[in-house]
Amino acid sequence: MSPQDASHRAPEGARPAWGGPAPGMSAALQSGTAAIAQVEHSEGVWHAAWRRFKTDRVGLVCAVIVVAFLLLIAMAALGLVAKNWQKEVGVPNAPPTFIGPRPPEAIGAIEVPKGPNVDLSAVDPLAPRYKEWDERAAKFKTQEVVKAETLPMGGDRFGRDVLAKAIKGTQISVFVGVMAALVATLIGTLLGALSGYFGGRVGDFLEWLYNVFEAIPGILLIFAFAAVFGRGITTVVLILGLTGWSGLYRQVRSEFIKHRSREYVRAAEAIGASVWSRIFTHILPNVSHVVLVRMSLLVVGFIKAEVILSYLGLGVGVDDVSWGTMLAEAQSELILGYWWQLAAATAFMAVFVTAFSLMTDALRDALDPKLRGLE
Amino acid sequence: MTLLSIQDLRVAFRMGKVNGVAQRAEAVKGVTFDIAQNTTVALVGESGSGKSVTAMSVLNLLPDNAERSGKILWQGKDLLRTPLHELQHLRGKEIACVFQDPMQSLNPVFTVGDQLCEPLVKHMKMGQRAALERAEQCLVEVGMPEPKRRLAAYPHELSGGQQQRVMIAMALACEPKLLIADEPTTALDVTIQRQILELIAEIQRKHRMSVLFISHDLGVVGEIADEVLVMRNGILREQGPVAAIFASPKDAYTQALLACRPSLERNPARLMVIDDHIAGRAAQQEPKPKDPSAPVVLEVRGLSKSFWIKQGLFGRREFKAVQNVNFQLRKGHTLGVVGESGSGKTTMGLSLLRLHEANTGPMSGEAIFGGKNLLTLTDRERQPMRRRIQVVFQNPYASLNPRFTIGQTLVEPMAIHGIGADTNERENRARTLLEKVDLDGTAFGKYPHEFSGGQRQRIAIARALTLNPEVLVLDEAVSALDVSVQAQVLNLLKDLQDELGLAYIFISHDLAVVRFISDEVLVMKDGVVVEQASAARILAAPREEYTRRLLAAVPRGYRPARAVA
Repeated sequence: MSPQDASHRAPEGARPAWGGPAPGMSAALQSGTAAIAQVEHSEGVWHAAWRRFKTDRVGLVCAVIVVAFLLLIAMAALGLVAKNWQKEVGVPNAPPTFIGPRPPEAIGAIEVPKGPNVDLSAVDPLAPRYKEWDERAAKFKTQEVVKAETLPMGGDRFGRDVLAKAIKGTQISVFVGVMAALVATLIGTLLGALSGYFGGRVGDFLEWLYNVFEAIPGILLIFAFAAVFGRGITTVVLILGLTGWSGLYRQVRSEFIKHRSREYVRAAEAIGASVWSRIFTHILPNVSHVVLVRMSLLVVGFIKAEVILSYLGLGVGVDDVSWGTMLAEAQSELILGYWWQLAAATAFMAVFVTAFSLMTDALRDALDPKLRGLE
Repeated sequence: MTLLSIQDLRVAFRMGKVNGVAQRAEAVKGVTFDIAQNTTVALVGESGSGKSVTAMSVLNLLPDNAERSGKILWQGKDLLRTPLHELQHLRGKEIACVFQDPMQSLNPVFTVGDQLCEPLVKHMKMGQRAALERAEQCLVEVGMPEPKRRLAAYPHELSGGQQQRVMIAMALACEPKLLIADEPTTALDVTIQRQILELIAEIQRKHRMSVLFISHDLGVVGEIADEVLVMRNGILREQGPVAAIFASPKDAYTQALLACRPSLERNPARLMVIDDHIAGRAAQQEPKPKDPSAPVVLEVRGLSKSFWIKQGLFGRREFKAVQNVNFQLRKGHTLGVVGESGSGKTTMGLSLLRLHEANTGPMSGEAIFGGKNLLTLTDRERQPMRRRIQVVFQNPYASLNPRFTIGQTLVEPMAIHGIGADTNERENRARTLLEKVDLDGTAFGKYPHEFSGGQRQRIAIARALTLNPEVLVLDEAVSALDVSVQAQVLNLLKDLQDELGLAYIFISHDLAVVRFISDEVLVMKDGVVVEQASAARILAAPREEYTRRLLAAVPRGYRPARAVA
């Protein structure tokens, strides 16, 4: 965990040879006992957090679910599963396997007439060529593709496998959520740190920027960005990232204002640490738990936002599938009674988002320094 | 008659499970004592001795993970077996509490009047108007100036001493039989501490109630207690009447506590620390004489610092925090700076380090250090000077970065200033410094939260020493520590000064401490130096009324004369 683990095994009897304005002091220090080579490292903050996290059963189960999802996403991204999600493998709107195939539709209720067939060859002008056509057709191989009557979780209107679609959709939706959250966190943390640490003119300018973003209704801002950038995954990531940083910015800013005047930061200034070192190596690690928790909340929020965007047709491209596009398709299917696409997308999303939220909750409990020592 | 009788009280805290085994930490290990009516009982001990836990278990104000056993008899009724709703009747009405930090104990969004009336309406079933009248009476009783106006004031409009007066007024409102005062003066200046102590003693006499007074400072306790209980590690070490405890303490620990406080009467070269006393070592009596012709390292002439205070929409007003301070600091000497909060002593110290941002207000004067004026250096010129003048802050809990190991904390300044050739060398030096401040090498990989306040303050001193400074600004560096720990840190500072020839600027509100360590003393009031003389002269013949007041405020422990009078 610590960068200096490797450098601890100091050579025995190494004699420091620093100089300084107080020679008496250096001499006194050199005569001190030789440094001990072995140092046991104490439990760091993250280590302690992990130890606390392990005792939270709900959090742990949720973490396992989230990891399982991440594995699924990785496999989908590598093309191991759901590679052919666009293939029409089933009959249109094939029902899920556990329901069974749709009963054949009762057509031809009209009574079949009795009596001999009418010979039309006398009047059919094409009749002489039928034989020739049949012969020519026999030269080509034809194969009837047997489409599945049922699919594991049903099919959409083209007969595509809903399960494969949902897996692929998970990949896209989660990717968008996580990437957008990263973008927003980066912007929010950086601006919040600058505004909170420097205050004054810099702070005023950033507050002004923040107010501009906050003053426009969120959904309108998203529409505006979407209209300018067009559809696509990158666009959605950028839109959500660029519009979603403001909450995190506020929180990081307030944390920095609080920490800026703490004595340990002043002590760092007194030893001559630079401004950037104070901001990023002294204060930032102390507010990192706030950032982390806020970021996981953003992931959940952005996944939902992507769903809404795609549902409204402003989200990912037509060639892609996400939970949002699945829900958008489900709208028209539902009227016809084909509910499985809606169910599949909802189930995937509900399980992931719930697990992720509960994991975040456990994470916050584990990281909150105020709980330290209470347990 | 016995009011409260505590019998074999044990308190343990559940500390969660490690490998499936429940962990318990025992804070109080079988304590037995009585509080009679109309007496003041003092409970004395260092932090972690279990004194507050003992007091808070009377009203069950402990966290949920506490387990209590034994007996707490309140007028014959066992409070450990009393249901919560009955306890709530007792709380505030029969037994009232005053806590350490008045700023945190008062609710910032309610007025003083609202907060005073709450217990009256709840416990005494008074109407709003009657409650307000009683609240005003209470404020008069605790000596609050302009009580009627204060009823409508919010806590932040009051000073620390006034806030503590409000807390005491709240505790008195329902005329309780027992007042539990948990370190009520620790967060306050010595002068305010004196006023609050006198107030508590006076109220106790007037209402003939009992007081359980908790403190880490035997000097404070000696002035008001009838009975003293000394606690250490959850066990009562000694108990008895105050005269007996002060005149002939039996337990070695009590003797040590009495000896470790710097006093105005004696001035040993080193203070006794607990271990010394228990081991039976005698204190060194004669301080080493200092070389009066040592070279001057820092000369300050006409130092002034102001802050801008916003006024109206565009206007600003100059607030003069420090005005025209002059002094010379010689190598190996200590300049003590004394004053109450708001006297500008900290601002003066931090101005020398330029730790105030430039836009907060103008600064003038000269501080000549190594031939350069510290106050006019550019940022680039300042960096090498930073090595030579360092600071130790008051609060050891806030001045170390909680996410840095002690090793990282100590290596960082050396890396910034390029002291030591590589990381190995710097780490070796950091370990040597840790040993110098009496911590062992295992501290290197630990985090600040694993250390006690005194140990953290020593780490902060070690950090300041990493840069081989010539001048160390100690900003209330021992004020947040228990007296016993304070003695250790003061001794350490003296040893380091002897060994390394450091010059100190020692800022404190406690004249006894300043006298112990300083050669020359500046007394500051409202940003102005009112008196400046050698430590011995300030003590023997204070010129100013203000200095005399500061001197009178230092707790002197039990004096038989008072008991007679």
